[in-house]
Amino acid sequence: MSLWEYANPKKFLATSERVLPFFWVSAGLCLVVGLVWGFFFTPDDFRQGSTVKIIYLHVPSAMMAINAWVMMLLASLIWLIRRHHVSALAARAAAPVGVVMTLIALVTGAIWGQPMWGTWWAWDPRLTSFLILFLFYLGYVALWEAIENPDTAADLTSVLCLVGSVFAVLSRYAVNFWNQGLHQGATLSLDKEENISDVFYFPLLVCIAGFVLLFIALVLYRTGTEIRARRIKALRLRERAAA
Amino acid sequence: MTALLMRDLALAIRAGGGFGLGLAFFLIVTVLVPFGVGPDPALLSRIAPGILWVGALLACLLSLDRLLALDWEDGSLDLLATAPLPLEGMLSVKALSHWIVTGLPLVLAAPVLGVLLNLPGPGYLWLTVSLALGTPALSVIGTFGAALTVGLKRGGLLLSLLVLPLYVPTLIFGAEVARRGAEGLDVATPLLMLAGISAGVIALLPFASAAVLRVNLR
Repeated sequence: MSLWEYANPKKFLATSERVLPFFWVSAGLCLVVGLVWGFFFTPDDFRQGSTVKIIYLHVPSAMMAINAWVMMLLASLIWLIRRHHVSALAARAAAPVGVVMTLIALVTGAIWGQPMWGTWWAWDPRLTSFLILFLFYLGYVALWEAIENPDTAADLTSVLCLVGSVFAVLSRYAVNFWNQGLHQGATLSLDKEENISDVFYFPLLVCIAGFVLLFIALVLYRTGTEIRARRIKALRLRERAAA
Repeated sequence: MTALLMRDLALAIRAGGGFGLGLAFFLIVTVLVPFGVGPDPALLSRIAPGILWVGALLACLLSLDRLLALDWEDGSLDLLATAPLPLEGMLSVKALSHWIVTGLPLVLAAPVLGVLLNLPGPGYLWLTVSLALGTPALSVIGTFGAALTVGLKRGGLLLSLLVLPLYVPTLIFGAEVARRGAEGLDVATPLLMLAGISAGVIALLPFASAAVLRVNLR
């Protein structure tokens, strides 16, 4: 029993179908509990008022926007090295989810920034590099859509993902150099003595868990859809060849 | 390699290959900016380095879709790929010829256009230096984009979408050198970063370009 068994589409479909309900339910549960707890049962911040509560959407979605790209990077590497189709399809399935996560992070940030910073948008390094990440996602998705041959598309997008990762990191440091920051530092880190106060911390953790589970569920589901779409295409071709 | 370079240059210069096109585009963009933001000399001299850099970047982008597409259409790309010259070397030469045809004229023309935008005195040197260091990176990154989209019917717009985000670091450091130069500040840090990006891109990216071109020629 090894991880590579799931490179077999049939095995992947069977297993993902078995675990998917668990992921859907637990993602829904975490999100409902986390958001309701966060929105209705935590106190207002003494300076930010109730706007602090947008953190329960903003931080998890921003984390997942980056993690989705990392997952695509790993899947692309696996495709390039071991040529497992499921891996390429998983990368394809994750991209639109990443786009939406990036958008959520940008929009919630803007909504929070308007009352707090007095502006919807600032050319702050973090904001700017997120916008650039969004552009990278768009290019990646557009390239997938543009190429007809699925194997060619998988190869080209994988290389784009690798090159894009290097340039995304470069851009991150370049914009840091380019402008001063307005965005606050990390709210959560493992090596800091004090993060945000526990009242906000625990519901936030539940929300993050919810987003992670939701991401896994969406990617598994979308990968399954891609596999089936490709299988239908193959069956149609075979039918036409037989007729 | 020299033969290929000479061939590409001859093609670009002779057959209306768009030798002056990028340059003319650069000129027009620079002329249009004052119409857009108003003729105030103080404002113009403040934004001149950035405008010239963005203009140069767009002019570079303009000629990218012809870089490999013409050879792809008439089949000479297949011949080049089967030639003894490795694909990486072939693409490096392509990028070099693109730079000579597009980047080099931009570098030479930029100071002249700087006059139009009222660029401050010390800015001319650093603008020229930053463009001379940065435009090779633009050509090499562009070659990667061209190799990615070479087989596509409507690759032009997609090419811009793919290549422009990759241009961000080069643009940031290049424009920063020109801006600091124009304001008389120390330019060492961004200049070194820009040179580093160019060197790294020239050394590594042809391998990625060759990999995607191999996929496209399969």
